[in-house]
Amino acid sequence: MSANTAVAEKYRNNFLKEIEEQVEMGDWVKMCMQCGVCSGSCPTNFQSAWEHPPQELFMMIRAGKREEVLTTTSMWNCTSCYNCIVRCPRKLPITHIMHGIAEYAHRIGKAPKMQPTRFFSGLFWKNCTHTGRVNELKLSMGLYFKDGLGAGIKEGMKMKDVALGLMKAKRLNPFEILGGHKCKDQKGIQAMLAKAYEIERARKAAKMEG
Amino acid sequence: MADMKVAAYICKGCGLGERLDADALVKIAQKDGKVPLVKSHDFLCNADGVAMIRNDIETEGVTHIMIGACSRRAKTEAFHFPNHAVARANLREGVIWIRPDTDEARETTQEMAEDYVRMGCAEVKAMTAPGGNPNTGSSKTLLVVGGGVTGMTTAIEASKTGYPVVLVEKSGELGGWAGKLHKRVPVHEPYKSPMDTGVADLVSQVLADGNIKLYLNATVARTDGAPGRFVVDIATESGATHTEDIGAIVQATGFTLYDMNKLPELGGGKSPNVVDQAGLEALAKAAAAGDGVIRRPSDNQPVKSVVFVQCAGQRDASGTHLSYCSGFCCNASIKQAMYFKDANPAVDTTIIYTDLRTPGNGEDFYRSAQEKGVIFTKGRVAQVVPEGNTSTVKFHDLILDDTDAAVADVDLVVLATGQVANSGVNIDALTKPQVEGQPGEPTAEGAVEVKPISILNLTYRQGPDVPQLKQGFTDSHFICFPYETRRTGIYTAGPVRRPMDIAQAREDATGAALKAIQALENAELGRAAHPRSGDLSFPKVRLEGCTQCKRCTVECPFGAIDEDEKRFPVFNESRCRRCGTCMGACPVRVISFENYSVNTVGAQIKAVDIPDEFSEKPRILILACENDAYPALDMAGMNRNEYSAFVRTIPIRCLGSVNTIWITDALNAGYDGVMLMGCKHGDEYQCHFVKGSELGRVRMSKIDDTLKTLNLESERVRDLEVAITDIERLPEMINKYAEELAAVGPSPFKGF
Repeated sequence: MSANTAVAEKYRNNFLKEIEEQVEMGDWVKMCMQCGVCSGSCPTNFQSAWEHPPQELFMMIRAGKREEVLTTTSMWNCTSCYNCIVRCPRKLPITHIMHGIAEYAHRIGKAPKMQPTRFFSGLFWKNCTHTGRVNELKLSMGLYFKDGLGAGIKEGMKMKDVALGLMKAKRLNPFEILGGHKCKDQKGIQAMLAKAYEIERARKAAKMEG
Repeated sequence: MADMKVAAYICKGCGLGERLDADALVKIAQKDGKVPLVKSHDFLCNADGVAMIRNDIETEGVTHIMIGACSRRAKTEAFHFPNHAVARANLREGVIWIRPDTDEARETTQEMAEDYVRMGCAEVKAMTAPGGNPNTGSSKTLLVVGGGVTGMTTAIEASKTGYPVVLVEKSGELGGWAGKLHKRVPVHEPYKSPMDTGVADLVSQVLADGNIKLYLNATVARTDGAPGRFVVDIATESGATHTEDIGAIVQATGFTLYDMNKLPELGGGKSPNVVDQAGLEALAKAAAAGDGVIRRPSDNQPVKSVVFVQCAGQRDASGTHLSYCSGFCCNASIKQAMYFKDANPAVDTTIIYTDLRTPGNGEDFYRSAQEKGVIFTKGRVAQVVPEGNTSTVKFHDLILDDTDAAVADVDLVVLATGQVANSGVNIDALTKPQVEGQPGEPTAEGAVEVKPISILNLTYRQGPDVPQLKQGFTDSHFICFPYETRRTGIYTAGPVRRPMDIAQAREDATGAALKAIQALENAELGRAAHPRSGDLSFPKVRLEGCTQCKRCTVECPFGAIDEDEKRFPVFNESRCRRCGTCMGACPVRVISFENYSVNTVGAQIKAVDIPDEFSEKPRILILACENDAYPALDMAGMNRNEYSAFVRTIPIRCLGSVNTIWITDALNAGYDGVMLMGCKHGDEYQCHFVKGSELGRVRMSKIDDTLKTLNLESERVRDLEVAITDIERLPEMINKYAEELAAVGPSPFKGF
């Protein structure tokens, strides 16, 4: 994209149209009236923790700032508390739009790879779909070792008292590391998920082709 | 007067009998008030009490009545004696309700009541019953100047009410600004799309109405007379002049868009592809007449992208352009963006605003535009750079704080410039130098240019048009006195009064029509218009004492007084609002009203008993404006907010009616201090006579000289700006002033 076309697309409908078509609930973005109540209501946005709070993201979409929007970590910070949805005077489903944008950025490979929420989401999904049951030991260890062996050991040592406590209360089984519990029909679950993937992939591919 | 017979009545109801010694008050009225017939009654405002007064009128021939009971603002229906001079001593709200019911307070409370009885008796003797203005006219015809939506609505509404209308329109067709529109902002559910302007319907209503006489291509060449008897010359294009007898006038001359050529930085006048809102309406009308596609003027290609610049030349703090918000342009731009989106959703429409303000049901309209895909961007436009057939709009994005934001390749830029009132000649620019005593040179300074062409061509001494309040809009306090101008019987409606949209203008038109009808009906009966509606008193001048100083003719806020060839004042009573500013201004005190004069107030001031300097009973005179300050004092009484027993309050019609002789008299008589209570003045004035309190204050600013010649401290006179809501504050201010005066010490004039 040359510099000239980049300017020409600013404050035009192009990126907004892309969001409307590709993002779940994306057709709500144009309805934002920039009051900022969502940004002020967000419990995770204190001390400007979000690079771009929701209201600003909506304006960036209208301003055609495609790269900035899709590569930002902002919408990944959403914890689905629904405070913004409750308070939005224009009744925008902001929480859903945040997840929608995040999902779209992930789908087209723009999402920041090591963003903790995104990483954990992937880890969790793999973990629970593998056996049909969540293996908590493996899940937490996977998260501990996200940033390498040294950081993982350090994080594990920090949490050891909690782990021992959980073991005493029989809430944590160390033998889960060997494979852990499974659901009865592991193959059936995976076949079902594979089919669901196929359906969704076909639907989104159709959408992306327009 | 030979046949004057005074009677005084003291009421004992509402606790007056318990708190006060009524018998002593009766004796005071007889002895100090020198009233031959004094009675007390347990419940004066009931049928029995009123019958007693009526009986005395019939059998005893009573002409002057002093009622010592509640405030003059209470029980006005019971104590309604229109053919008699009536004074009221405010013993309830003014005495017992603002004093504690204790043994210690009893003495001072009684003294207060006695003084008010003395004052009432003195006042009523200085009065005569008002007889009404004899110089009336009975024309019931309404003149409407301007044939736009406001003017046509006024004409139709007045006609429907049964009054004939003369409608004068400068151009060759009715419709005005709205007639030039493609469509208007919706005023009906669901407020989603632009709707028909409705002008054609109004025009056909006007044309079909036999009660409305229409002059097209015509102007008002001369307006002479007063409410009820205006004589208006209407000049038509052919050169002929028609004379009409008119009862009241509504000026609905509308507005002109602020000239976009003054905004070259926004591309105004630099390219045919930069237009104002009128320019876009013309393009939209042309498109509607053709294939429905709006084309850019430079090369007639379809517009694919359009940017609307809000607040162009408006809300400008630098003083170069309009300082105000015109209020209609956000909705208008939303409507115009829809012209494009409704025809072709692929057209990029961007509205750049700093604050989007959508009055009425505009919020639904705004939401509908968002649904249609209009992009709203909060930003401040710095520059519009036209280049060939397109432009680049550079702006500061205020949400993303991007100072280099820009929209490039824009086919059409629409500047939302604001409304400039078509208010005629700025007569203040003409008359002010005269007041200062300098040669009159009209100045054309400020953001809004003085338009040289008069609209009404009044023959009034004070200038040919209605005065302007600020920014060229004709004056009226936008909340308290809409439509009122400082020319009685002449009302303004629509955008000439303040910036507004069509819906507001139609409402305005209806209101102004009713106000004008009230004015001409009152004028026929010789009564005052707002705010002393129905008042039969009017100013009388003793010309043999007049020194032709012109103060009354210059100061009259309503242009009621002209001058004859010998520079004597000529009163046009029907134009008068009875504020008394002329009376306050007159240095030789020859102007008076039958029931309100230098004497009626002066006699009250002199009637108060002034204890000697050793008694530690100071006396403070309060001259309280009857419109705001006096009701506030009454309400303080109703709330039992106590204040000093040493004040004596006299209601006045307006601070402008205060003659400095009253202050001098009071200080000479040994009062320790004088408090003046008037309304707020200036741009945000609350004075019911617009300029009365301001003129009064200018006059009082020179009171320091009087104090100096009397060798008195400047604390002896206190000017207080009072609003009707100051119910808590006012007693505090009075008590504080009483304390300050105690520190200054007693007046040296006591006992002389």
